[in-house]
Amino acid sequence: MAGVCQGQNPLAHDPKAAKAGEYEFRINCALCHGLGAKGGGRGPDLTRAVKKHTHNDAEMFQVISNGIPGTAMPANGTNGQGVGMTDREIWQIITYIRSQEVKAPAKPVGNAAHGKELFYGDANCSLCHMVQGKGGRLGPDLSGVGGSRTSEAIIDSVRNPSRRLAWGLTEATKEFPQEYETVTAVTADGKQIKGVTLNEDSFTVQVMDSSERIHLLEKDQLKSFQKSRESMMPKYTAEILSDKDLNDIVAFLASLGAK
Amino acid sequence: MNRGGRKILNRRERRAKRRRSLRIALLGLIVLFSILGRGLAQVTPDRLANSAKEPQNWMTYSGDYSGKRYSALDQISVINANGLVPKWVYQTAATGKLETTPLVVDGIMYATAQDDRAFALDARTGRPIWMYQRQLPGDIRPCCGRVNRGMAILGDKVFLGTLDAHVIALDAKTGNVVWDIPAADYRTGNSFTVAPLAVKNLIVIGISGGEYGVRGFIDAYDADTGARKWRFYTVPGPGEAGHDTWEGNSWKVGGAPAWNTGTYDPATNQIFWPTGNPAPSNRGAGRAGDNLYSNSLLALDADTGKLNWYFQFTKHDEHDWDATQVPIMVDAGGKKLIAQADRNGFFYVLDRTTGKLISATAYGKTTWSDSKDAEGRPVANKQASPTLEGHTVCPGALGTTNFMAPTYDPQTNLFYVTARDQCDIFSTAPQPYEPGHAFYGSAYFPSEEARPYLGFLKAIDPTTGEIKQSFQHASPTWSGVLSTAGGLVFSGDAEGNFIAFDAKSLKPLWHFQMGGAVYAAPIAFAVDGKEYVAIAAGSAIYAFGLP
Repeated sequence: MAGVCQGQNPLAHDPKAAKAGEYEFRINCALCHGLGAKGGGRGPDLTRAVKKHTHNDAEMFQVISNGIPGTAMPANGTNGQGVGMTDREIWQIITYIRSQEVKAPAKPVGNAAHGKELFYGDANCSLCHMVQGKGGRLGPDLSGVGGSRTSEAIIDSVRNPSRRLAWGLTEATKEFPQEYETVTAVTADGKQIKGVTLNEDSFTVQVMDSSERIHLLEKDQLKSFQKSRESMMPKYTAEILSDKDLNDIVAFLASLGAK
Repeated sequence: MNRGGRKILNRRERRAKRRRSLRIALLGLIVLFSILGRGLAQVTPDRLANSAKEPQNWMTYSGDYSGKRYSALDQISVINANGLVPKWVYQTAATGKLETTPLVVDGIMYATAQDDRAFALDARTGRPIWMYQRQLPGDIRPCCGRVNRGMAILGDKVFLGTLDAHVIALDAKTGNVVWDIPAADYRTGNSFTVAPLAVKNLIVIGISGGEYGVRGFIDAYDADTGARKWRFYTVPGPGEAGHDTWEGNSWKVGGAPAWNTGTYDPATNQIFWPTGNPAPSNRGAGRAGDNLYSNSLLALDADTGKLNWYFQFTKHDEHDWDATQVPIMVDAGGKKLIAQADRNGFFYVLDRTTGKLISATAYGKTTWSDSKDAEGRPVANKQASPTLEGHTVCPGALGTTNFMAPTYDPQTNLFYVTARDQCDIFSTAPQPYEPGHAFYGSAYFPSEEARPYLGFLKAIDPTTGEIKQSFQHASPTWSGVLSTAGGLVFSGDAEGNFIAFDAKSLKPLWHFQMGGAVYAAPIAFAVDGKEYVAIAAGSAIYAFGLP
């Protein structure tokens, strides 16, 4: 933690600062972290007392100021909108986040060890998802998902995979992040290819099929090309995966995200 | 023999004499041409007003005063467009978005890049002739990237508005600074990103800073000296007409910037200049009233800056729907019209003599208006205002279109515009005004239910508002559009493609992957009888031509 500013929040516990911080949060942070700082499909739940990247106000100040490399968290003032926040406004936001934190960390509702067994075993998650270098490639790598998504968002993604397709974990504001849309294409020689979109423009599409083969296709050379927002991930209903088992998997993913 | 010899000598002498006189005549011609040549380097107001006579040149932001972004060049056409090849690439070595529209005059291209870089290139090869970069202070306040949309040219100078709110004249041959005038205080959020417009001997320019609560204005400077000839405040002060459309002192920080280039009608000596959002951009509380002249089209007398008429597209805006889209002058059905595809999702056609609305037709997904007033102007419904919990309104804050330049093709009589279907959740976030600090008053997020966001190139018939053709991009793009006499329309996309379309069908005929998203608008020009099409993408400028 060398170089971390040892500054204390001059506005700590000031309710007026927390209110001002709430509005600054809405303008600058809520796009990814949600209106109530509870996180969402893009950014982690900041109401958790334990955070992956910051352990105190000074570190949080640094993270807001400088961003987190390799993640969608941008440095203050670099999202293309505005010149960013003043130091005072960053402290207001920190005060607001602290005011929203759930003081007692929720007890883990699941059994992470059992969740790991399920993930790599009967639940078949690892056929398509990689965690810490092990697993499949068709879906997003889930090594960081416990830290960057809420439990609710993960559960919803498992129960209703098509409701909101996954975004790439970086570049939150990019126009066209990888969304894992489903592509069905028929080539000139009649071969059908079904897979997820790795990238696409008006003329070409890059697809990974279920055997993890990458197909580089030119749209005007295809017999047919269809895209769907119906995810290739199967819908895990309660009959297929019980609430208890799902909570165990979430606990496993969360155990990777938190330190 | 002698005689013969003399005769030969005489012949030689005569030949030599002839050669001498020929040489003198040639020399005279060379001198004459070089003087003429120097004269040609001067971009006179007449040349700008008659730009149709020299389609090889692209002398103003929109290519001509009418705003059409149409080139009469037809060498590159629907027949051969599929054979286009890149001719050169110029890397600006800058990072961020490149929004510049280059100018080309007599074989030299003048363009800009991030952080107020300006440069002149050999338009045949892309080789730089001179480069300039403004030494900007560390605390400038650009709202949306350190961008610049291009320069104006007049006489032997090019003109640049800077991010620290100066207007600068550069010598067109060297890039040397000829004059440098501060227009406003950058520390309170004033900046220039717009390409100025040269009109007669004036350089007309509008301020940016609607996100900082500036008081918007349009200025005109003497091209020779930099002396300010007039200023039109887009937010009227006490005692001025329209002042009563602002609550209390809200006018002082009312915004209404003027950050995109307008057009000019030499026949009536009027400048048509569009204006942006009132400040704070997304919160109407505290500025009750129509908030004139935000989100309006202004018709100003070019000599005095006096307001002849105005038309306000979005009254009392709460969605950041700047009306700063290039208005295009179109003559149709014996009427002198001006058409604008507005950020609020409606396509407006006005009588440009009177400013009277002729039609307003939705050209994208809109939910904010379901009725029109007596004049035919779409009126906001009660559900449109942002709320504390947030609710969805279409279009989103980025608008159905934005700064991307449209084109009007006089061959198809269609208006082509880049459009986006996206809805945002608008939620209030009251903020006090602090000088030089972002002043939005609300937060907006892309609405999940409205995914995916769709991007289009649309062709609109201005006489009916009907969408005649539409091409769907892979995702929304920020590229402007060019039409040419070759039956083509050119545009770029967010994935980095530059695309030539058949203007009639909007079928892509050719494309090239440039490796960077497009935030700029294309132009066409010719050098040595060869046509080129150019556009900025990523942080480079590309020129294309036939093999």
